[in-house]
Amino acid sequence: MYIRSIRQFLLLFSAVILMVGLLVACGQGNGNNSNELSSSNKVNSNGKEESKSKESNEQAKAKDAVKLLNVSYDPTRELYVEFNEAFAKHWKETANQEVTIEQSHGGSGKQGRAVIDGLEADVVTLALGYDIDAIVDAGLIEPDWQSQYELNSSPYTSTIVFLVRKGNPKNIIDWDDLIKEDVEVITPNPKTSGGARWNYLAAWGYALKQNNNDEEAAKQYVAELFKHVPVLDTGARGSTTTFVEREIGDVLLAWENEAYLSINELGPDKFDIVYPSLSILAEPPVAIVDKVVDKRGTREVAEAYLQFLYTDEGQKIAGKNYYRPTNQAIAEQFNDQFPKLELLQIDEDFGGWKAAQEKHFAEGGLFDQIYTPGS
Amino acid sequence: MAGVVRYHATTKKQTREKHIDESLVVRWTLISIAVLFITIMIILPLTVVMTEALKKGASVYFAAIAHEDAMSALRLTLITAFIAVPLNTVFGVLVAWAISKFKFRRKQLLLTLIDLPFAVSPVIAGLVFVLMFGAQSYLGPWLSEHDIKIIFAVPGIIIATLFITVPFVAREIIPLMQQQGITEEEAAVSLGAKGFQVFWRVTLPNIKWGLLYGIILCNARAMGEFGAVSVVSGHIRGRTNTLPLHVEILYNEYQFSAAFAIASLLMVLAIITLIVKAIVEWREEVQNIHL
Amino acid sequence: MSKRSIIPGFRLSIGISVFYLSILVLIPLSIIFIKSFELSLAQFWDTIINPRVLASYRISFVTAFCAAIINTVFGLIVAWVLVRYQFPGKKIIDALVDIPFALPTAVAGIALTALYAKNGWIGSLLEPLGIKVAYSPLGIIVALTFIGIPFVVRTVQPVIEDLEKEMEEAAVMLGAYRLRTFLRVVLPTLYPALLTGFTLAFARGIGEYGSVVFISGNMPLVTEISPLLIMTKLEQYDYAGATAIAAVMLIVSFLLLLLINLLQWSMNRRMTANS
Repeated sequence: MYIRSIRQFLLLFSAVILMVGLLVACGQGNGNNSNELSSSNKVNSNGKEESKSKESNEQAKAKDAVKLLNVSYDPTRELYVEFNEAFAKHWKETANQEVTIEQSHGGSGKQGRAVIDGLEADVVTLALGYDIDAIVDAGLIEPDWQSQYELNSSPYTSTIVFLVRKGNPKNIIDWDDLIKEDVEVITPNPKTSGGARWNYLAAWGYALKQNNNDEEAAKQYVAELFKHVPVLDTGARGSTTTFVEREIGDVLLAWENEAYLSINELGPDKFDIVYPSLSILAEPPVAIVDKVVDKRGTREVAEAYLQFLYTDEGQKIAGKNYYRPTNQAIAEQFNDQFPKLELLQIDEDFGGWKAAQEKHFAEGGLFDQIYTPGS
Repeated sequence: MAGVVRYHATTKKQTREKHIDESLVVRWTLISIAVLFITIMIILPLTVVMTEALKKGASVYFAAIAHEDAMSALRLTLITAFIAVPLNTVFGVLVAWAISKFKFRRKQLLLTLIDLPFAVSPVIAGLVFVLMFGAQSYLGPWLSEHDIKIIFAVPGIIIATLFITVPFVAREIIPLMQQQGITEEEAAVSLGAKGFQVFWRVTLPNIKWGLLYGIILCNARAMGEFGAVSVVSGHIRGRTNTLPLHVEILYNEYQFSAAFAIASLLMVLAIITLIVKAIVEWREEVQNIHL
Repeated sequence: MSKRSIIPGFRLSIGISVFYLSILVLIPLSIIFIKSFELSLAQFWDTIINPRVLASYRISFVTAFCAAIINTVFGLIVAWVLVRYQFPGKKIIDALVDIPFALPTAVAGIALTALYAKNGWIGSLLEPLGIKVAYSPLGIIVALTFIGIPFVVRTVQPVIEDLEKEMEEAAVMLGAYRLRTFLRVVLPTLYPALLTGFTLAFARGIGEYGSVVFISGNMPLVTEISPLLIMTKLEQYDYAGATAIAAVMLIVSFLLLLLINLLQWSMNRRMTANS
């Protein structure tokens, strides 16, 4: 009796294995399917056969539905959900084609790496030009990407602000206040977070200006600043959670759009935004991944997609999601939301991303020296 | 052989003699320590997950679970586990058989190799497969020429999960099979049992608990794996997101309740464990009565 | 290699096992070394003896070791209680043991941080006592303990389940006290399983990333773990540097695991020789 049950147990077990064998085969089938899905977008090559059945149902003139993949960084999720919808509608009207845009979000550097390693993004919308340059180095994007669209291919901008607890109990007004004795500052790690690099550079730029371009003094200031940081999260959203949910720290250095979003999502009665006297102009750039769009035959729609960011409608959506529109007329409409302040520029004040990266964030750079024992 | 097995099965259920048990004080102290440990380390974190999940009410909870993206993530997670677990179970049994029933040199090396995926940071595990199949790898150009997608697609997720869960079944049953030695198997062979029969009739009944734990653990880990899968997935919503990745996405969108609701879905596993164990135990009892 | 056993299936099982391991583990891991060779020896050396990297090794290995020890002690108690005693709620406890595997590590990290942060349920109790768990090395140990619970319990449990009570009975009849019986008769049979559980929990702890980054605070030199440094390198497109750190971790863990496995083997041999 007993043995029979064991046998049944094994029988069941081998049945499962058999099923798995089948599933592996199916799994490969699935893999092929997804390949087919993506290759069906190649309208030129093999679109005809596959599309026949679909087409018969739809209008004769309608083109095949197309899919785009937008690989972006963390804080743009809400922006692109709304923007994608608007663009899909726009594309349907103007080009008579269904377009669905898939989104992928993560740390800017991580996303850049994924594209380099083969994530087939049609467009990238990242936090730093540096990350797009890395994709250029891998040969996927043409080196002149920054001139492909207006304003250095940055359709919207942002800046770094302070998020403080309601009523600003520690009276934090400017960068100097961050190194007051009892102030705890929350920022992610500049080594792992694109946003944190903007934080760091803004602080550095401020200190340089205060001390008549004395680099030693600036170094001391940022070193002191990071002594006031009790937790270094790996990403911007992690830091926000630490500040908001764990109630750690007195001030959060954040993207302007993130600061607004936290207030809206997590409690308007809990936080205030403080604009320092000087901050930095953050220009998150966009680019077409040339290799991918040419392979998939999606260049036309991808280009229209990015171009749409510059239209009045695209700019309004950016503004609504707390990104600063670059179109002056639209920006006027959001004047209340975005106070004017003095902004440093990465190209003019820091000699561009490559230089800034090497000086501050590379191995053994200024940021590493802050945490080198004995210094 | 049947006799031997039956003997084991019946003795196990006998009530044990008084003098062999620990005193009541010792017994309850141990129980309290165990319960306290599990409470602090597991039940409390779970309570956090559940309270967060239900903070915004049951409707948010069920909406999050029924969401289309969550469903596709669930489907992908189940497919992955369905392939990874049986493959690693077969491997585990085979390698445990080789290690525990035979003598050969470099056995420790083999054992250590099996352990290695545990020690490899999940991040590295993912990275390794990116380095192997990614666009910049040696295989990359060939793969893209033939339009085969491994990384940032379902096959990559399955491979990474396979890697992470290699050791579970093997590691679970090796100590058990070692402890049991080879006398029973040898006896079976000398009585004329052949090949697979020996394993089927002699070894398996003795290791079934270990095997079951191994499979359960392997499955749990396959479904819950985050780090390695996160590196190879590409995070495309509705396409290459597993449940754990979906949790992360929701969390990063400040949808804390929804995120924890999805996480609580993975806790259902524990209940399944409970049911499986109960069924096996019950069947055994029924059979013992028939004897 | 030694005398032929009469038990069948050696070639088949060892053949498939080695093949499977090679494809899935050996070849992929060798990529790490190949990639790290892109660095010159001097660069490699500089990367791995950077003070921050050294500190991270220490943090990773020490916290993983502490967590594994905690898990071994409590895991044994839990496994023993689950097998030997009857008490209300036993089945629930039994099922809960697997949770740390099923729960995505990131969720575990978030839940534990919520619990142990200064405004959390446990954190708010410990704060007045001056004990800081979240955002300190202690937090890493808590996270790694959580991650490793099932390892010890589930490896020891089947062995206890299978313990021959005759042996214990004989020992008691011969007049040994219960504690002595346990220490002299029961515990030695559990050593291999305990050691396995310890090894697995330890190994798992060294590499853990997902849960730790939430609770540790990631402060360089204090709570920055090696896997995080690897991530940091990757974010800056420094594959070679990342694989260099990974290679060192891999070698050290491999040697540690090998050592423990050898130890376990000799213990096992002594045991079977005695019986």
